[in-house]
Amino acid sequence: MVIWKHAARIVATILLGGLIGATLLRLAPGFGADEEQLDPRLSHASILARSQNQTNDNVTVFYFHHLRRIAGGDLGMSRAFERPVSELLRERFPETMKSVCLGLLLGWAAALAMTVSVVMVRSWALDLCTSIFSGVLLCIPAALLALLFVLTRAPARLVLALIIFPKVFRYARGLLARSASMPHVLMARAKGLGQIRILLWHVLPPAAPQLLALAGVSVSIALTAAIPVEALCDLPGIGQLAWKAALGRDLYLLVNLTMIVTTVTLLANTAADILGQPFKVSHA
Amino acid sequence: MIWARNLALSFLVVTAVAGLFAGSLTSGYAHQFRDLPSASPSRQHPLGTDDLGRDRWARILYGTRVSLFLAPAAALLSSLFAGLIGGIAGFAGGWTARVVIAIVDLFLSLPWLLLLITVRALMPLNVSPVTSVLITFVLLGCLGWAAAARVVYADTRSLSQSDFALLARASGAGGFRLLWRHVLPNLRPILFAQFWISVPVFILTEANLGILGLGVAEPLPSWGSLLRELESYSSLTAEPWRLLPLVLLIAVVSCFQIVLHKEELPV
Repeated sequence: MVIWKHAARIVATILLGGLIGATLLRLAPGFGADEEQLDPRLSHASILARSQNQTNDNVTVFYFHHLRRIAGGDLGMSRAFERPVSELLRERFPETMKSVCLGLLLGWAAALAMTVSVVMVRSWALDLCTSIFSGVLLCIPAALLALLFVLTRAPARLVLALIIFPKVFRYARGLLARSASMPHVLMARAKGLGQIRILLWHVLPPAAPQLLALAGVSVSIALTAAIPVEALCDLPGIGQLAWKAALGRDLYLLVNLTMIVTTVTLLANTAADILGQPFKVSHA
Repeated sequence: MIWARNLALSFLVVTAVAGLFAGSLTSGYAHQFRDLPSASPSRQHPLGTDDLGRDRWARILYGTRVSLFLAPAAALLSSLFAGLIGGIAGFAGGWTARVVIAIVDLFLSLPWLLLLITVRALMPLNVSPVTSVLITFVLLGCLGWAAAARVVYADTRSLSQSDFALLARASGAGGFRLLWRHVLPNLRPILFAQFWISVPVFILTEANLGILGLGVAEPLPSWGSLLRELESYSSLTAEPWRLLPLVLLIAVVSCFQIVLHKEELPV
């Protein structure tokens, strides 16, 4: 029942998002015209281009046609790449998934390792150093981090891990620190239980639902960060595709990409929500 | 750590003042010294000149003005949207609240940068620098309200169901009076906090857009467009003064974090 409810929510969100996307697409200035044809200095050509590309479809009809094409597996043609959108996505989606999965894995591993060290060792020096390190990383935009990696010729796929790490670390440290200061943990310490046993049995379980929710959110963070990283590090994924589509005002491609990334984000959040349910129930 | 907060605040004030008086301190961001392209730092040009012979120091100060003053303007716009949308949903309740929260959830499930890039691409890209500044920051303001609206909604909901609201209703206060006199004044701290949280987020987002070439258009400088120049940089140690925009960005955003999250600092 819970899964059906989540599925209905995802479908409703995607349909509503599609409608908003189609509305924006249809009402965008110079819809269907090239950027050059919108130049005010070429007013005659501009007017001509606009009038040639005007259709009588209203937004609802436009969206209905758009949905019907998607249902038939036709995502349209990319104007910037002059290739079918579905073909471009098939080629580039695995590349992005590879980067995102690696980034999430490394970022989470580093953040959890550091969080556990800070919470269990309880050294102010370690806490200060990790806070400063994660704080500085939080202040660097993803695009700049990617640029710095290009300049230093470092492996580009590691950038995503460095973007995920500070965000996960900040939240996870707060969650685990709160969990470690609960009375039952103090009691476990007083009884002389080992650090690993305390961590696995008493500190992690109460924080598990929030950590899982954070895992869902971090998928969205990674997908968002993939755009500047792939664009600047020349990784042929959907992030680079989105950037090139934006520069070429390839609106069909952009709206389709937004819908796909939103679907992946919603699925990740839903999975995190469903996986966190047993922990919530047992903790309650 | 009051000293850290005061230090961060002082740095922000000095940076803002320097940006504000960029016109009096420098010769202008677009002025070209044609006989001095890519010059090293000198007394006349403390940070040298760029490939087109424009003074880097002047461009950093003008870029500071653009980024540091327009990010709060965008944050103000997004806080107003958040207050309006979240406030109305929280106060009205019922179906209005459900529909508004569904829209907020939709916005929150769209990846922020992708949404921004998509909507930015819907606007013409070949525009004047001033128009590009307006488009960039108005978009930030118009698209960045969702998370704040959820917070405002939750707070308005609890305020409109609180004891003092009940007492006001019992005393005959109508919907608008209740909202204006009792709920809105109590929402002010929340909106204020959301405003300050949004400022560094918008500064970083503008930098991301600028580096990708979708932000403020040349010749007008912003931190994003200044950082984009690092693309032509061959080595990190070759001309270290070119890294000043990066240092400034990290310092300013760090200062915002210290000022906002002082309680998180280790004592």
